[in-house]
This record gives sequence, structure tokens and C-alpha cells, in this order.
Amino acid sequence: MTRGASRWRGVARSLFSRPSGAIGATLVLAHVALAVASPWIVPYDFKAISAAMILDAPSVAHWLGTDQLGRDVLTRTAMGGRQAIVVTAIATPLAVAWGGILGIWLGLAGGRLDDVLMRVVDAFLSLPWILKMLLIIVTFGAGIGVLVPTLAFFYGIPVIRIARAATHGVVARDYVLAARARGHGRPAIILREILPNVLDALMVEGAMRWSWMLLAFSSLSFLGFGVSPPTPDWGLMIADARSFMAIAPWAGLAPVVALSSLIVGINLAADALAKALGVDRAAAPVH
Amino acid sequence: MGEPPLIQVSALRVGFASRSGRVVEVLRGVDLEVRRGETVGIVGESGSGKSTLLLAAMGYLKRGLRTIEGSARFDGTDLLSLPRHELERIRGRRLALIPQNSGQSLTPNLRIEAQVAEVLRLHGTRPAGQNRERVRELLAQVRLPDPDAIARRYPHELSGGQQQRVAIAMALAGEPEALLLDEPTTGLDVTTQAHVLDLLSDLAAQLGTTMVYVSHDLGAIARVCARVAVMYGGEIVLDGDARRVLVEPAHPYARGLLASIPRLAGGALPAALEGRPPEPGGAGPGCAFADRCALAIDACRTTRPALAARPDGTLARCLRPDAVADLAPRAGARAAPDASTHDRGQALALSRLAVSYARQGLVDQLLGRPAGGPRTVDGIDLALREGEAVALVGESGSGKSTILKAIAGLVPRADGTIALGDGIALAPDVARRGPGELRAVQLVFQNPDESLNPRHDVATILAQPLGLYFGLSGEALRRRSVELLEQVRLGAHYLDRLPAQLSGGEKQRVAIARAFAAAPRVVLCDEVTSALDVSVQAAVLALLDALRRDSGTTFVFVSHDLAVVRAIADRVAVLYQGRICELGPVGAVYASPSHPYTEALMAAVLDPVPGARPRLLADDVQESAPPAQGCPFQRRCHRRVGDICATDAPPAREAGDGHVIRCHIPVEELRALQRAEAPGHGRR
Amino acid sequence: MIRLLLRRLALGLGTVALVSAMIFAAVEALPGDACTAILQRDASGQRLENCRRELGLDRPAVARYLDWAAGALRADLGTSAHNGKRIASLVGDRLANTLLLAGCTLALGVPLALLLGVLTGLRRDGASDVVLSAGAIFAMTIPEFVSATVLIFVFSIWLDLVPGIVTVSASAPATAFFPGIVLPVVVLTMVMTAHVLRTVRSSVIETLESDYVQMARLKGVPYWRMVLRHVLPNALLPAINVVALTIAWLLGGVVVVEKVFNYPGLGHYMIDAISDRDLPVVQAIALILAAVYVGVNLAADMLTMVLNPRLRTLRARNG
Repeated sequence: MTRGASRWRGVARSLFSRPSGAIGATLVLAHVALAVASPWIVPYDFKAISAAMILDAPSVAHWLGTDQLGRDVLTRTAMGGRQAIVVTAIATPLAVAWGGILGIWLGLAGGRLDDVLMRVVDAFLSLPWILKMLLIIVTFGAGIGVLVPTLAFFYGIPVIRIARAATHGVVARDYVLAARARGHGRPAIILREILPNVLDALMVEGAMRWSWMLLAFSSLSFLGFGVSPPTPDWGLMIADARSFMAIAPWAGLAPVVALSSLIVGINLAADALAKALGVDRAAAPVH
Repeated sequence: MGEPPLIQVSALRVGFASRSGRVVEVLRGVDLEVRRGETVGIVGESGSGKSTLLLAAMGYLKRGLRTIEGSARFDGTDLLSLPRHELERIRGRRLALIPQNSGQSLTPNLRIEAQVAEVLRLHGTRPAGQNRERVRELLAQVRLPDPDAIARRYPHELSGGQQQRVAIAMALAGEPEALLLDEPTTGLDVTTQAHVLDLLSDLAAQLGTTMVYVSHDLGAIARVCARVAVMYGGEIVLDGDARRVLVEPAHPYARGLLASIPRLAGGALPAALEGRPPEPGGAGPGCAFADRCALAIDACRTTRPALAARPDGTLARCLRPDAVADLAPRAGARAAPDASTHDRGQALALSRLAVSYARQGLVDQLLGRPAGGPRTVDGIDLALREGEAVALVGESGSGKSTILKAIAGLVPRADGTIALGDGIALAPDVARRGPGELRAVQLVFQNPDESLNPRHDVATILAQPLGLYFGLSGEALRRRSVELLEQVRLGAHYLDRLPAQLSGGEKQRVAIARAFAAAPRVVLCDEVTSALDVSVQAAVLALLDALRRDSGTTFVFVSHDLAVVRAIADRVAVLYQGRICELGPVGAVYASPSHPYTEALMAAVLDPVPGARPRLLADDVQESAPPAQGCPFQRRCHRRVGDICATDAPPAREAGDGHVIRCHIPVEELRALQRAEAPGHGRR
Repeated sequence: MIRLLLRRLALGLGTVALVSAMIFAAVEALPGDACTAILQRDASGQRLENCRRELGLDRPAVARYLDWAAGALRADLGTSAHNGKRIASLVGDRLANTLLLAGCTLALGVPLALLLGVLTGLRRDGASDVVLSAGAIFAMTIPEFVSATVLIFVFSIWLDLVPGIVTVSASAPATAFFPGIVLPVVVLTMVMTAHVLRTVRSSVIETLESDYVQMARLKGVPYWRMVLRHVLPNALLPAINVVALTIAWLLGGVVVVEKVFNYPGLGHYMIDAISDRDLPVVQAIALILAAVYVGVNLAADMLTMVLNPRLRTLRARNG
């Protein structure tokens, strides 16, 4: 549909015209590219241990030095985002999809079911995210097969609220009333009238969900509940480097910069996207 | 004449920087002088810059606007270049504003007393101990009943009319030398509006305050102002005595504008002004009105005419002001109501229709009782013939929109039946209606910004009914869509436009085309011209009338504007609190004898004729629900006969030729009473 | 209005009840129970059955839930599977420590955020606004453990100003936690301030553009009086809810921060309990955290109802 394509081009253009959007989008794209291409461009094997070169300072051979097992920090940092990005990049659309669909449906249906489910959602959100994640991980392990559905489920729940609120905003509009008056069926009204107008809010929310998921993923790895060694992961690397920060700060600083730049990039891009699409982001729920 | 003007705007140019960096001018060089004691009205449509001018006269520009050139002087001082603390000493004390939307302009967390007393504390000359009393004096001066109670309330607890009066009281508190009014009666009911305007003109006369009154409503301006300035495209195009400007305007735009206003007394459709007002910054190098002007010559498009004085003292910005008087008015097509509909079949019949928004409480549900309380709409009996246009007229709370929604099946019905001409009963819920019934009844909404999905282009918007009802697609769909667009006088190139790219009038035409795409038998119009500029309104009305004659479709037309209804409808039903007070041919209803409510409405309406004074018959009271029994108008009626009005529902009395009045007073008595009091409508 | 408040209170209590049921059900659903945790590798056959009978774990789930819930209302949270002690006393100290941490954060963060939020809103697009807004984005998005690590590096290792790890035991008095508590509070404050600042800023900006503020200006109300009487009371109302939401977040963030700094609080204890599969403790802590979250939101809603004239009188007009 040419109309759809030209709209997206317009959005992309306005996204990049803002400095925050340009910086954010560039950071994100750079990280994704790095995550995809790193196995082929890194100088060393990420597992390669070397007893002789423990905690070496940055040098010509190792641009970012080595960690406590002699592994090249540059290599591990470049590849440290792969797991995180893959898991979260799959889980995010799933979360937005399931939360969005349920939220739109509840926004339209209303009634007793809506009341009950929203109470359940509220109750669910009153528990700290880490408790919920840890319970699952401790029972079922931390493999991709567990993390993706778990993250998708837990992080989809706040999306229900957002989609429901956005739907409430649209349903009251005259053009939806007009469609009802014409006699269009419910599914047609959802697909044609409501969805296109709710999608914008969902997209911006999706970007934010991604950033929260990355945060959760790396926090879990940091605490030792996520990725297991020797797979490189920023959270894990930061945890390892903590004990040696006095003598070898580079081993911790590199993953800190990498992780922070990705998350900040996503947030900047999401903010600029919200402004470009005209989505109001007042007081979006945090987790 | 020797004294300098109190307010003097000189060559003022105000604009903002657009995203592309270009400077967009909202005011293109405005010159205006107001002397002490004068009442000046500034008239303009959207994009004319009138509100910006008014605020600039207080030294205030909205965020993003800046002064490009010129000055706005008050008593000799240019307010636009004054530092903030000096402005604070002038505003509220010597120069006060009465804002447009008082509901939004009163601070929600402060009580009325606090807000009015604030002005006294900042600018008052009396000792602070007297403030309480003074606040109540001011509230009484603006004719608020029970000033003590009002003073203790919060803004959201007051009705629109009450909020507006509080704003007036606040403005008067500082005892200003000049009052600036920004559309103070927009959004108020007709009867409330009349009361507020009456108050304003009395205050002006009593206090001798200088007034600048901005509005798009020429009737209101005619009531209050001695002098009128007309704005178009960011500049003043005509400025002179009200009697001259409103009767023989020496500018083609003003003339066109006046001709496009529907009048209460006339019967013809107002003459439409082609095109639409320019967007800010959209005017070219020449005269802003050139592309819509019937008198335009080449010079008009290249040179910007100066504001020049005419022999009678009026200032006109036109190269050919003398030719304006010779412009033949483009009269509307229709002269008299279409009598041929008398022989046609029935198109729509409402019988005992009632709607209630009350919900069944738990107890009601258990006992199987319907929800209690008086119904929002009750006892509606109305039969429409094919090709007829019947109007439902009333103020807010009259239930007119509710009736339309009930016909469309969008609100639950508490009682009664709705049937199409050949006896087909329409189900109460639109979801249960068959395709034939759905096609037969189509709805056009008030606000074109809201009734079109912002993500759909015009082709998609038209494809929905065409696809749903006729299964059209591909080339056949496109051809029919173009036909429909041409019917509403839009070209085929509109098909791939989005609503955001269309003007208000164009959007409304698309909405009308969408309704006609279904080839309906009945079209329901819910205040379809209320959100449009006056000059655009006339064109849409003409379109609707032409469509009706060509297609023989029946119209139900809802409006609060009596003059619009006079122009477009054959018959009219006057509603109060969801009940029909009077029903009949439009000419008969608007003449005497009338139901007391109709009488009050008619008396309150203002034709834009200088010196017109509306009569205030009904009290300015906002009713939230109809009384449980008796006549719905009993509490405000100026002709109330006694207890019978409160206990018995008024009978339907025939006044001849299908004209029915529901009143306890017999028709002949009403006729006699009304003729004795008011020789002719709306004039003194 | 009292009716509205009571209704809201009832809703809050209902939510806590619902959460308690959810927690119980979730823990039930997990494989293993207190007995498998106690007996560990010996958890099978007759020993398992005996243990279960002793602890009453063979009774139906609903009965056990009601027992547990009733106990919780009496502040009796059962016994730890890990070391057999009463959970209430184990949790008591740690809860106090976490409250100390949260309390310091709020005391520091809320006034700071309100002040900065109002200032950046009033001086929109000024130099201070740009710097602070950019800083806020950074502070909000960077994970707590990252900022903790960086701060430890800078202030503890490099500058050696404050300790990077807390070595005090759980039952120590509050004063013993200073100066160890400084860095954890700073980390938490950074994030909370950033969130609240952004919301307050946008609320102030929106209020500044409202019709009634424009009217106040045009009445001649001096700038600071306008800010104090017309802008702030309306702009800060939404802040109440945001502060409540951030407190909710704080409960989650606190867990990570406590672990990083080895702070003996409830969050740290929770992680340890999960690792040890000490399910009764996990249940108890989850209930406490949820109750705090619901309580905070309840207080925020009720405060908003009391302070917002529009909500206060809505009933009065309709009722």
C-alpha cells in the first residue's frame, strides 16, 4: 500500500530530523549490526583463555585489554549483546502483540470481564518484576526457551493497560460511532477503525518494552541468574569485573558503555518516535 | 477629537516561524484606533487573526508568536515592548479581558471568591477588609442569583452561563478603563446568550467603559457595538459605523459574509460564498480576498490595497469599493417550502419514542422494574413524508441528538417504535438491523474533524459504504466514488487526500458524500454546520438542499440555530427537555401563535441588524432534567397559568395545517397575547 | 467523599487479598515445596510423606491458604524452611533496613525531583532545562547495577570517600548503616528523581499553556504569585501518582541495589531465599512487598481525591 509506505517514510524522516531521534536510532542500528556481524569481525575467540595475560591493560594486541581469565575484552564486549538482543528482540513483539490484542479487546468489551481482569492485572503488577522472573528461572532454568516466553508474558501485561487506554480514547470518537451506525461488524471495526489509530501508541510502547527487557535481562545476568559462562554477556561481564575494578577498570567499563549506549539509544529513539507520531507519553507505567 | 485614542494599534505585524523556517504572518499590518467610550466590534472567521489582535492589544502574544513590526498602544504606551512588571500594573486594572471559554479560564483549584478577590487585592483602591463585600457586590452586579453561595463554589460547580458572568465580574473588579471581550458568548445556549449580551450592553451604557468585542457572530456584535471592523486574512478590511457596515458594507467580503448568514425573518437559503478563508500566512501579495472575489481585477492580485477612508467615514481596504453596492446578491435557490411533498408517501414514522439513560439499579433489576426517573426523551410522535426536511430544534439538553441516535439505533430505546415508510420496523439496536434497513438510514455528524478516521484517505472512506452495501470494488468502486465526489462538488483528485489535508467544509462534504453513498432513504444531520465558518456554512446548506431535491431523500435536521433551520427545513419540531412543544410548517411555527418556549427562543435570537434588541422571556436557568409530571417548560415559562402546568401534561392543540402546539393555553388566547406584546419579532 | 474514600480503601484491601492468593497459587504451582527444600536430597518416599504430614502440607490447598492468610493478618508468617526460625522475626529487621533505605531515598529524591521538575518546566528549553532533561534520560535508563558499579568505582575505589560494600549485619541499629548507605541511596535517588522530574516537568509545561494560567497573566497577577497559586497546585497533582508508581519501581530496584551493595535488606534476603528454595520466606516477602505497593498507591489515590476539588465535589453535585 503506497499510502502506508509513504507514511512510514515521513515518520522516519521526522525521526531523524530531531537530534535525539537521530542519535538514538543510530545507536540502536549500530548495536543491532554489531550483534549480527560480530562473530565474523572480532579478532579473538571469546572463550580463549590465557593464563599469562590476565587483566592486561589496553594495548595494541588487545585494544580494550583482557579480563580476569585472559580473554579479550573487545571481543567479548562486541559479542556481549548478542544473547540479550536476540532474546529481547523476539520477546518484545510477542509481548506487544499479546498485550495489545488483549488490551484492545478489553477496551472494547468493557463490562464485568474487564473489571475483573484489570483487578488481576493490578494485583500482578504489585509484585516486583525480579521476584516473578526469579521464581520462573530458578524452577525452569534460564535458557532461551524459558526466557523468551517468560519475558514476553510478564512484559506484555503493562501493554494491556496502555492498549486498553488507547482503545478507550479511540472508541469514543465519532468515526467509530459512524462505522457502527453503518452496520459494520465488530471485527471489521477493530481492524479498520481502531487498530490503525492504536498502533502508534503500541509502537512507542514496544520500544520502551524492549529497553525494560534489556535492563531485566542484564540485571539477571549480573546477579548470576541469567546467561551462564562462558557465553559473553554485558551483565555477566560487569559482575565479574566488579572484584577487579581497582586494578583493571577497563574490563568493567567497556560493557558498561556498551549496555548503556544501547539502552539510552532505544529511549532517545522512542521519545523522538513518540513526538514524530504524535503519541502522548505522559506517565507511562514504568515496568 | 483632540484626545488621543485609548487603544491604538499601528501597522502591527505578528507571526511565527514555521518548521521550514518561513515566517508565517498571522496579522499582516493592522491599524485600529479605539477612542474612550467607544464600543467596537471586530468580526472575522477562522484564520482572520481577530483573537491574536485582541490579545496583542493587551500586550500578550501566544507562545511562538512574535512582533515583526508595529505597536499596540494603550493610552500612549506600547504594551508589546513593556517589561513584565509594568504590564502587570496595567492588566486587570486599566485594561481587562473577558475570555472566550470561561470554564477553562477559571483556575480549578481556587474558589470563585478567591479569584475575584485576587483582582481586588492586586488592583483595588479600597481597604482589604471590604473585599468580601465587594466580591458579592460584583457578583450581584452581573445578575448572579445568590452571590454568597456562588462565591464559595469552585468553577466546575457552575454552569456555562454562570462561569461567564463570573469572568465578567472579575474583569469589572479592577474598574478598568477598557474591556476586551473574546467571543464571550460562544458555546452558550441561545437564551443564556441573550441574557449575557443584555448585561454587557447595559454595563457599557452605565459605566461608559470602552469596549472591544471580538466575535464571529454578527448578531451579537450588532447588539452591543456602535462601530464594526471586519477582519479577513490577518488584516482589517472594513471599519466603520455599525449601521453602515452591517447594512451597506463597502467591501465584497463583508457583503458576501452578510449575505451568507441565514436570517430568521427570511425564507431563502443564504447565498454561499465560494472558497474558504485563507490559512495564516496563506494570503498572496495582493488582496487576501482576491481569489474569492467577484469584483477582482488583475491589480487586486498584485497590489495590497490600503485602508482608505470613504466619503461617509468608513475605512475600506479595497480597490473597487464603489462597485460593491452593485453586486447582485446570489440568492439561494429556494423560495418557499416545497409543497409537492404533500402527496408523497411516508418515509419515516416515530411513534411514542422514548429514550432513557438511567441505569437499572440493583433493586430495580431484582424487582424487574424499568429504571426510574424521568426519561431523557419521551412521547415523540413524528411522521415524515418522502423528500421532506424536518428540523429538530432546541438548546442543550433538548434531546434532539438523542432522538437522531435512537433513529440510527445507537442508543437503547425505552419505549415506542420507529418504522420506515413501508412499515418496516427498525430494530432498537443497530447491530440487529438487516442490510436494507442499515442502508436506508444514514447519519452525518457535527464535527467533521472527528467523524472521519484520520488514517483513511477519501477513497477508503467512500469505499466502506460502497463495499458494504453494494459490494463494489475495483474500477466500479472508483467510478462511483468519483460520481459521489462530484455530487458534493469535490473533484476526483480528492480521492487520495487524508482528512488532515482538507478544510472543515471539505471534510463535511466528504462526510455527506459518504452518507449518500448508501443511496439512503433518510439522512440524519446532527448539527452539521455548527462547527463550520459562517461563509462555509451557507455553501454546505445549499449543497444539502440541492441533494435533497435531486434525490428525493428525506432529511431530519438537528440544530440549535433557528435561522439555519428556517432556511433549510420544511417543518420544524421545537424540543424542550426531550419533549416536543410545538410542531408544524416552519413559517407557521416561527410566526404567532407559538408555544411560549418557541416564543422565548425566537425573541432571544439576534439577526445582525444594528439596534436589534432581543427580548428576554425565559429565565436564564440551566435545567438538568425534566420535571416528573406536567409540562416540561413549567419552571421557566413566562406564561405559566397555574398549578395545572405542574400536574397535567399539556394537550396537543391544532393551530391549522398540521401546526400543533402543546400548551394549556388555547391557541387563540396565545395568538392574542403574543400579538399584543410584540409587534413583529425581535425589534423594538 | 467519604464514600469514595471508603470504596477506594476496600478496593485496595481486595487487591492485597487477591495478590496473596496469586502468590500462594504461584508458589504451589512450582515443583517442590518446603519439605523438598528442607530434606533436599533425602526428599523422597516415607521421609517426604512424614515431613509433609508434620508441616501440614498434605491438607488441601485452600485450607492451607486460609491458614496462611489468617496467620499473616496476625503478623505470623510461618517458619523458614531453611533454618526453622520464625519468619516474622527474620523479616522484621530486614524490612526495617529496607524501609530505611527507601525512606532516605524518598526524603532526598522527592523534594529534589519536585524542585528540579518545576524549575525545568518553568525555564523550558533554557540551558538548565536541556542539561537536566538530558541528565534525567541517562539516569532513568541506565540499569541500577550499572550506575552502582560506576559509582562504586568513582567514589569508593578511586576517590575512596565512602565504602563500596555494606558489612553491617541485619540487626544492627540504623546509625550503623551510615556512611555505607550513602551510595545505595544515591543510586536509587538518581533513578527515582529522573522519573519524577520528567513527569513534573511535562505537567508544569502543560499547566503553563492552559487557559486559566493565561487568564491569570492577563489579570495582572505577578509571575511568582501565579506560579504558586495557579500553576503548582494544578501541575503537582499528577506528581502524586508518579511518586507512587516510582515507589513501586523502587521495590524492584531496591532488590538489585541491595544485592550489589550487600545491604542486609528485604530484597537481598528475597534473592537468597529464592536461591535456597526457601518458599515460605519467599511467599512472606512477596506478600509484604505487594502490600506496601498497594498501600502506597492507595495513599496516593486518596491524597489526590482529597486535594483535587473536581473529584471532591463531583459526588456532591450528582448525589
